Amino acid sequence: MSGLANWAAMGGYAGFVWPAYAVALGVLGGIAAQSWRRYRVSIRELDRLQR
Amino acid sequence: MLTYFANPARFMRVSGVVLPYLVVATVLVLAVGLYQALVVAPPDYQQGGSVRIMFVHVPAAWMALLVYLVVAVASAVALVWRHPLAEIAAQAAAPLGAAFTLVCLVTGSLWGRPMWGTWWAWDARMTSVLVLFFLYLGYIALVNAFDDMGRGARAGSVLALVGVVNLPIIKFSVDWWNTLHQSGSVLRMGGPTIDVSMLVPLLIMAIGYLLLFKTLLLIRMRTALNERKARALRLSAPQLRAAAAPPDATPVLR
Repeated sequence: MSGLANWAAMGGYAGFVWPAYAVALGVLGGIAAQSWRRYRVSIRELDRLQR
Repeated sequence: MLTYFANPARFMRVSGVVLPYLVVATVLVLAVGLYQALVVAPPDYQQGGSVRIMFVHVPAAWMALLVYLVVAVASAVALVWRHPLAEIAAQAAAPLGAAFTLVCLVTGSLWGRPMWGTWWAWDARMTSVLVLFFLYLGYIALVNAFDDMGRGARAGSVLALVGVVNLPIIKFSVDWWNTLHQSGSVLRMGGPTIDVSMLVPLLIMAIGYLLLFKTLLLIRMRTALNERKARALRLSAPQLRAAAAPPDATPVLR
Protein backbone atom coordinates (compact mmCIF):
# COMPACT_ATOMS: atom_id res chain seq x y z
CA MET A 1 0.00 0.00 0.00
CA SER A 2 1.36 3.43 -0.89
CA GLY A 3 2.22 5.92 1.85
CA LEU A 4 -0.79 8.14 1.11
CA ALA A 5 -3.26 5.26 0.99
CA ASN A 6 -1.77 3.90 4.19
CA TRP A 7 -2.21 7.26 5.89
CA ALA A 8 -5.77 7.64 4.57
CA ALA A 9 -6.65 4.20 5.94
CA MET A 10 -5.92 5.49 9.49
CA GLY A 11 -4.80 2.07 10.63
CA GLY A 12 -8.14 0.55 9.63
CA TYR A 13 -10.25 3.22 11.36
CA ALA A 14 -10.82 5.46 8.32
CA GLY A 15 -14.58 4.76 8.48
CA PHE A 16 -14.68 6.49 11.88
CA VAL A 17 -11.87 9.06 11.73
CA TRP A 18 -12.84 10.78 8.45
CA PRO A 19 -16.56 11.06 9.27
CA ALA A 20 -15.58 12.59 12.66
CA TYR A 21 -13.46 15.25 10.92
CA ALA A 22 -16.19 15.76 8.30
CA VAL A 23 -18.80 16.34 11.01
CA ALA A 24 -16.53 18.79 12.88
CA LEU A 25 -15.76 20.66 9.66
CA GLY A 26 -19.39 20.58 8.52
CA VAL A 27 -20.95 21.78 11.78
CA LEU A 28 -18.33 24.41 12.67
CA GLY A 29 -17.82 25.48 9.04
CA GLY A 30 -21.59 25.64 8.62
CA ILE A 31 -22.15 27.91 11.62
CA ALA A 32 -19.17 30.05 10.55
CA ALA A 33 -20.62 30.45 7.04
CA GLN A 34 -24.10 31.19 8.40
CA SER A 35 -22.70 33.77 10.85
CA TRP A 36 -20.67 35.49 8.12
CA ARG A 37 -23.56 35.54 5.63
CA ARG A 38 -25.94 37.05 8.23
CA TYR A 39 -23.27 39.60 9.16
CA ARG A 40 -22.90 40.71 5.52
CA VAL A 41 -26.71 40.95 5.15
CA SER A 42 -26.93 43.09 8.33
CA ILE A 43 -24.27 45.48 7.02
CA ARG A 44 -26.04 45.83 3.64
CA GLU A 45 -29.42 46.38 5.33
CA LEU A 46 -28.00 49.03 7.66
CA ASP A 47 -26.31 50.80 4.74
CA ARG A 48 -29.60 50.81 2.81
CA LEU A 49 -31.53 52.28 5.76
CA GLN A 50 -28.94 54.92 6.49
CA ARG A 51 -28.81 56.14 2.89
CA MET B 1 -11.84 47.23 31.40
CA LEU B 2 -15.15 45.39 31.16
CA THR B 3 -17.12 48.60 31.53
CA TYR B 4 -14.85 50.30 28.97
CA PHE B 5 -15.73 47.72 26.28
CA ALA B 6 -19.34 47.45 27.42
CA ASN B 7 -20.28 50.52 25.39
CA PRO B 8 -21.86 49.25 22.12
CA ALA B 9 -20.32 52.02 19.96
CA ARG B 10 -16.87 51.39 21.43
CA PHE B 11 -17.36 47.64 21.07
CA MET B 12 -18.13 48.06 17.35
CA ARG B 13 -15.04 50.20 16.87
CA VAL B 14 -12.61 47.93 18.77
CA SER B 15 -14.04 44.64 17.44
CA GLY B 16 -13.86 46.02 13.89
CA VAL B 17 -10.11 46.48 14.31
CA VAL B 18 -9.52 43.14 16.07
CA LEU B 19 -11.72 40.96 13.82
CA PRO B 20 -9.45 40.64 10.73
CA TYR B 21 -6.48 39.61 12.92
CA LEU B 22 -8.65 37.07 14.74
CA VAL B 23 -9.83 35.57 11.43
CA VAL B 24 -6.25 35.15 10.19
CA ALA B 25 -5.07 33.70 13.54
CA THR B 26 -8.00 31.25 13.61
CA VAL B 27 -7.33 29.96 10.09
CA LEU B 28 -3.58 29.61 10.72
CA VAL B 29 -3.88 27.86 14.10
CA LEU B 30 -6.58 25.47 12.87
CA ALA B 31 -4.51 24.64 9.77
CA VAL B 32 -1.44 23.88 11.91
CA GLY B 33 -3.59 21.95 14.39
CA LEU B 34 -5.17 19.80 11.67
CA TYR B 35 -1.76 19.05 10.15
CA GLN B 36 -0.42 18.09 13.58
CA ALA B 37 -3.51 15.99 14.36
CA LEU B 38 -3.73 14.12 11.06
CA VAL B 39 -0.07 13.83 10.04
CA VAL B 40 2.39 14.52 12.87
CA ALA B 41 0.70 12.88 15.89
CA PRO B 42 1.54 9.16 16.18
CA PRO B 43 -1.13 6.44 16.35
CA ASP B 44 -1.88 5.25 19.86
CA TYR B 45 -0.34 1.93 20.92
CA GLN B 46 -3.78 0.65 21.98
CA GLN B 47 -6.30 2.67 19.96
CA GLY B 48 -4.32 2.92 16.72
CA GLY B 49 -5.45 5.56 14.21
CA SER B 50 -8.82 6.04 15.91
CA VAL B 51 -7.09 8.21 18.53
CA ARG B 52 -7.02 11.02 15.95
CA ILE B 53 -10.73 11.56 16.67
CA MET B 54 -9.57 12.87 20.05
CA PHE B 55 -8.18 16.03 18.39
CA VAL B 56 -11.63 17.16 17.23
CA HIS B 57 -13.64 15.58 20.06
CA VAL B 58 -11.86 16.73 23.24
CA PRO B 59 -11.48 20.45 22.32
CA ALA B 60 -15.16 20.45 21.30
CA ALA B 61 -16.05 19.09 24.75
CA TRP B 62 -13.95 21.77 26.47
CA MET B 63 -15.54 24.48 24.35
CA ALA B 64 -19.04 23.15 25.03
CA LEU B 65 -18.44 23.72 28.76
CA LEU B 66 -16.55 27.00 28.38
CA VAL B 67 -19.15 28.55 26.07
CA TYR B 68 -21.92 27.60 28.49
CA LEU B 69 -19.99 29.37 31.23
CA VAL B 70 -19.77 32.45 28.96
CA VAL B 71 -23.53 32.29 28.33
CA ALA B 72 -24.23 31.95 32.07
CA VAL B 73 -21.90 34.79 33.14
CA ALA B 74 -23.23 37.09 30.40
CA SER B 75 -26.79 36.16 31.40
CA ALA B 76 -26.04 37.02 35.05
CA VAL B 77 -24.57 40.39 34.02
CA ALA B 78 -27.61 41.04 31.81
CA LEU B 79 -30.02 40.15 34.61
CA VAL B 80 -28.26 42.12 37.37
CA TRP B 81 -26.99 45.19 35.49
CA ARG B 82 -29.45 45.04 32.55
CA HIS B 83 -26.56 45.55 30.15
CA PRO B 84 -27.66 45.11 26.51
CA LEU B 85 -24.20 44.01 25.34
CA ALA B 86 -24.14 41.16 27.90
CA GLU B 87 -27.56 40.06 26.66
CA ILE B 88 -26.31 40.15 23.07
CA ALA B 89 -23.15 38.21 24.02
CA ALA B 90 -25.16 35.43 25.68
CA GLN B 91 -27.52 35.13 22.71
CA ALA B 92 -24.63 35.20 20.22
CA ALA B 93 -22.65 32.54 22.12
CA ALA B 94 -25.46 30.00 22.65
CA PRO B 95 -25.70 28.68 19.03
CA LEU B 96 -21.89 28.37 18.99
CA GLY B 97 -22.01 26.35 22.20
CA ALA B 98 -24.72 24.14 20.73
CA ALA B 99 -22.52 23.56 17.65
CA PHE B 100 -19.49 22.58 19.77
CA THR B 101 -21.67 20.26 21.88
CA LEU B 102 -23.09 18.62 18.75
CA VAL B 103 -19.55 18.06 17.42
CA CYS B 104 -18.56 16.60 20.80
CA LEU B 105 -21.53 14.20 20.86
CA VAL B 106 -21.22 12.97 17.25
CA THR B 107 -17.43 12.61 17.23
CA GLY B 108 -17.61 10.89 20.62
CA SER B 109 -20.10 8.43 19.21
CA LEU B 110 -17.82 7.81 16.20
CA TRP B 111 -14.92 7.20 18.59
CA GLY B 112 -16.95 5.03 20.95
CA ARG B 113 -18.10 2.56 18.28
CA PRO B 114 -14.66 1.09 17.49
CA MET B 115 -13.32 1.45 21.06
CA TRP B 116 -16.28 0.45 23.23
CA GLY B 117 -18.31 -1.46 20.65
CA THR B 118 -21.28 0.90 20.96
CA TRP B 119 -22.37 4.21 19.45
CA TRP B 120 -24.01 5.37 22.67
CA ALA B 121 -24.38 4.45 26.32
CA TRP B 122 -26.57 6.17 28.89
CA ASP B 123 -23.64 6.73 31.24
CA ALA B 124 -23.32 9.86 33.38
CA ARG B 125 -20.81 11.71 31.16
CA MET B 126 -22.59 11.18 27.85
CA THR B 127 -26.05 11.79 29.30
CA SER B 128 -24.99 15.01 31.05
CA VAL B 129 -23.42 16.32 27.81
CA LEU B 130 -26.66 15.48 26.00
CA VAL B 131 -28.51 17.47 28.69
CA LEU B 132 -26.10 20.36 28.01
CA PHE B 133 -27.03 20.21 24.31
CA PHE B 134 -30.73 20.37 25.22
CA LEU B 135 -30.03 23.29 27.59
CA TYR B 136 -28.48 25.20 24.68
CA LEU B 137 -31.46 24.38 22.44
CA GLY B 138 -33.89 25.30 25.23
CA TYR B 139 -32.13 28.62 25.80
CA ILE B 140 -32.22 29.49 22.08
CA ALA B 141 -35.90 28.48 21.80
CA LEU B 142 -36.88 30.40 24.95
CA VAL B 143 -35.10 33.62 23.92
CA ASN B 144 -36.94 33.56 20.57
CA ALA B 145 -40.31 32.47 21.98
CA PHE B 146 -41.52 35.93 23.08
CA ASP B 147 -42.70 38.87 20.98
CA ASP B 148 -41.13 41.11 23.63
CA MET B 149 -37.35 40.65 23.16
CA GLY B 150 -36.61 41.78 26.71
CA ARG B 151 -38.89 39.16 28.28
CA GLY B 152 -37.37 36.45 26.08
CA ALA B 153 -33.86 37.50 27.08
CA ARG B 154 -34.73 37.50 30.79
CA ALA B 155 -36.39 34.07 30.63
CA GLY B 156 -33.40 32.69 28.71
CA SER B 157 -30.99 34.19 31.25
CA VAL B 158 -32.79 32.46 34.13
CA LEU B 159 -32.63 29.12 32.28
CA ALA B 160 -28.93 29.64 31.53
CA LEU B 161 -28.20 30.27 35.22
CA VAL B 162 -30.20 27.25 36.36
CA GLY B 163 -28.33 25.09 33.83
CA VAL B 164 -24.94 25.95 35.37
CA VAL B 165 -25.55 23.13 37.84
CA ASN B 166 -24.92 20.74 34.94
CA LEU B 167 -21.30 21.90 34.42
CA PRO B 168 -19.74 20.30 37.54
CA ILE B 169 -21.88 17.22 36.90
CA ILE B 170 -20.31 16.88 33.44
CA LYS B 171 -16.79 17.54 34.70
CA PHE B 172 -16.88 15.20 37.70
CA SER B 173 -19.33 12.58 36.37
CA VAL B 174 -16.43 10.28 35.47
CA ASP B 175 -15.15 10.48 39.07
CA TRP B 176 -18.49 10.35 40.89
CA TRP B 177 -19.98 7.45 38.94
CA ASN B 178 -18.70 4.32 37.25
CA THR B 179 -18.86 5.39 33.60
CA LEU B 180 -17.96 3.82 30.28
CA HIS B 181 -16.34 7.14 29.40
CA GLN B 182 -12.73 7.38 30.57
CA SER B 183 -11.68 9.86 33.24
CA GLY B 184 -9.83 13.05 32.32
CA SER B 185 -6.26 12.76 31.09
CA VAL B 186 -5.39 16.44 30.51
CA LEU B 187 -7.32 18.70 32.92
CA ARG B 188 -6.66 16.72 36.10
CA MET B 189 -4.91 17.02 39.44
CA GLY B 190 -1.29 15.93 39.07
CA GLY B 191 -0.95 17.09 35.46
CA PRO B 192 -1.71 15.46 32.11
CA THR B 193 -1.12 11.73 31.64
CA ILE B 194 -1.20 12.03 27.86
CA ASP B 195 2.10 11.83 25.93
CA VAL B 196 3.53 15.15 24.76
CA SER B 197 3.43 14.01 21.09
CA MET B 198 -0.37 13.96 21.39
CA LEU B 199 -0.74 16.75 23.94
CA VAL B 200 0.80 19.38 21.63
CA PRO B 201 -1.64 18.80 18.70
CA LEU B 202 -4.50 18.60 21.18
CA LEU B 203 -3.63 21.97 22.72
CA ILE B 204 -3.12 23.57 19.29
CA MET B 205 -6.56 22.35 18.21
CA ALA B 206 -8.02 23.63 21.50
CA ILE B 207 -6.49 27.07 20.87
CA GLY B 208 -7.86 26.93 17.30
CA TYR B 209 -11.37 26.16 18.58
CA LEU B 210 -11.07 28.96 21.16
CA LEU B 211 -10.02 31.45 18.46
CA LEU B 212 -12.87 30.23 16.24
CA PHE B 213 -15.31 30.84 19.08
CA LYS B 214 -13.97 34.34 19.73
CA THR B 215 -14.08 35.21 16.03
CA LEU B 216 -17.63 33.94 15.55
CA LEU B 217 -18.77 35.53 18.81
CA LEU B 218 -17.54 38.95 17.65
CA ILE B 219 -19.16 38.47 14.21
CA ARG B 220 -22.48 37.42 15.74
CA MET B 221 -22.45 40.26 18.31
CA ARG B 222 -21.71 42.81 15.57
CA THR B 223 -24.55 41.30 13.52
CA ALA B 224 -26.97 41.59 16.45
CA LEU B 225 -26.00 45.24 17.03
CA ASN B 226 -26.43 46.00 13.31
CA GLU B 227 -29.84 44.32 13.32
CA ARG B 228 -30.96 46.27 16.42
CA LYS B 229 -29.84 49.52 14.85
CA ALA B 230 -31.65 48.65 11.60
CA ARG B 231 -34.81 47.81 13.56
CA ALA B 232 -34.64 51.15 15.39
CA LEU B 233 -34.17 52.98 12.07
CA ARG B 234 -37.13 51.16 10.53
CA LEU B 235 -39.33 52.06 13.52
CA SER B 236 -38.27 55.70 13.54
CA ALA B 237 -38.57 56.18 9.76
CA PRO B 238 -42.38 56.90 9.68
CA GLN B 239 -42.03 59.39 12.56
CA LEU B 240 -39.16 61.16 10.80
CA ARG B 241 -41.17 61.29 7.57
CA ALA B 242 -44.18 62.72 9.44
CA ALA B 243 -42.01 65.36 11.11
CA ALA B 244 -40.46 66.34 7.78
CA ALA B 245 -43.80 66.56 5.94
CA PRO B 246 -45.31 70.09 5.24
CA PRO B 247 -48.04 71.23 7.68
CA ASP B 248 -50.85 70.96 5.08
CA ALA B 249 -50.03 67.27 4.60
CA THR B 250 -51.07 66.53 8.20
CA PRO B 251 -54.35 64.58 8.16
CA VAL B 252 -57.30 66.42 9.72
CA LEU B 253 -59.25 64.47 12.29
CA ARG B 254 -62.99 65.01 12.07
